[in-house]
Amino acid sequence: MSIAKPSLTAVAILAAVLAGVSVAMIFFVAPEDADQGLSQKIFYVHVPIALTAYACFGLGAWKALRLLLTRGERYDLESYTAIHQGTIFGALTLVTGAIWAKASWGVWWTWSSNQLVLFLVLFLFYCAYFMLRFSIEPGPRRERISAVYALFGVALIPVSFFAIRLANDFIHPTVFTREGPQMTGEMFAAFCVSWAAITLVAYVMYRTELAGKRTDLHLRELREALAP
Amino acid sequence: MSAYLGDVAALARKDLRLELRARDTLPAMALFVLATLVVFHFALPGGAGDDAAYGLLWVALVFTALLGLARAWVPEGEAGALDGLVLATSDRSAIWLGKTLATLAFLAVAELVALPAFALFFARLDGAALAGVVLASIGICAVGSLVSAMAAAARGREVLLPLLFLPLAIPLVVGGVGSSISPEPGKYLAFLALYDAVFAILSWAAFEYVVTE
Repeated sequence: MSIAKPSLTAVAILAAVLAGVSVAMIFFVAPEDADQGLSQKIFYVHVPIALTAYACFGLGAWKALRLLLTRGERYDLESYTAIHQGTIFGALTLVTGAIWAKASWGVWWTWSSNQLVLFLVLFLFYCAYFMLRFSIEPGPRRERISAVYALFGVALIPVSFFAIRLANDFIHPTVFTREGPQMTGEMFAAFCVSWAAITLVAYVMYRTELAGKRTDLHLRELREALAP
Repeated sequence: MSAYLGDVAALARKDLRLELRARDTLPAMALFVLATLVVFHFALPGGAGDDAAYGLLWVALVFTALLGLARAWVPEGEAGALDGLVLATSDRSAIWLGKTLATLAFLAVAELVALPAFALFFARLDGAALAGVVLASIGICAVGSLVSAMAAAARGREVLLPLLFLPLAIPLVVGGVGSSISPEPGKYLAFLALYDAVFAILSWAAFEYVVTE
């Protein structure tokens, strides 16, 4: 790679600063939603987390594609780490979505939110990814099978989204949309800062986990080499 | 091209012949789907309506397909037969296509039992519902034979296969149920065709990576 990676510490500090700024903006800059009141503030966390999860799944699939095309071993760990982070953020999307549903509709779960249902399907899919990965012996075969399944994931995201939209027609005859009034400029700014902060947090977590996993791997190789 | 299709036909014929000799899978699938329909009669409360029955038909079809898919790669697992196939065929994707056609044939036979039984026990099926069954079966077998090959490489494949397959099958169930009960089945059928195209191409292209060492 021609561009040097920024130091992890610098990115971590930037992420922390941005997270602080975004919290301040959410509560002090963005006006309170006329309709939902304070509970609408979770929007600034929930939606960026969901977008970050998509980005992580996309990154995992991209690394998986690179693995299949170039047979570069390092992409396996990168793909796995990205999907791991995606699953963590996907679970957080489900949790924050459930809290929002409770606050605005009075129930912890609703099938009428396409986003939540999609994340439930994806959560199941990527949990199966981990089951698959951990029941195959480590080696090139596992790397490739995991990569193929990761690629299926990004194909499943739009297909499932479309399917859930279609299913709403026969599950909920009245179409529900969450489109309220347009966001004001301050709301949009708070949203963007929050999105950037959460993406950076995800990036820091990704780099940290990757470094840890690589160290583990090297340590294991060293132990095996030194074992009598 | 014709050599490729010849490979595919030979591989599919091998699976059908094995099944005709051993009868490992088909009777089990047919009996399973019948038993499931009978269970559904007791699972559906009185007055649940036909729509609920159509939904359960799709549950029965997906699980029956899973039963067949779980056994799909068992013959190849014996005596290193899969390694032989990987070395033998000109293009590895022919193995996937042959297996998909064979499992599709098995599923079609099970559906030939299931659909008349469903019509007899529960509700009639119209042309759109049948078209939905055909399209969804193609998708089930295309994705299923690939995922089943993945599971065959892992420990505990019987447990793993449904976990891998069901999230991928949810869009098929949506399309299938929609084509059975919607007054405008066209968009559901188009969606099923889209799913089949996307995932068949993906499975066809990816299969090589699943079986090679």
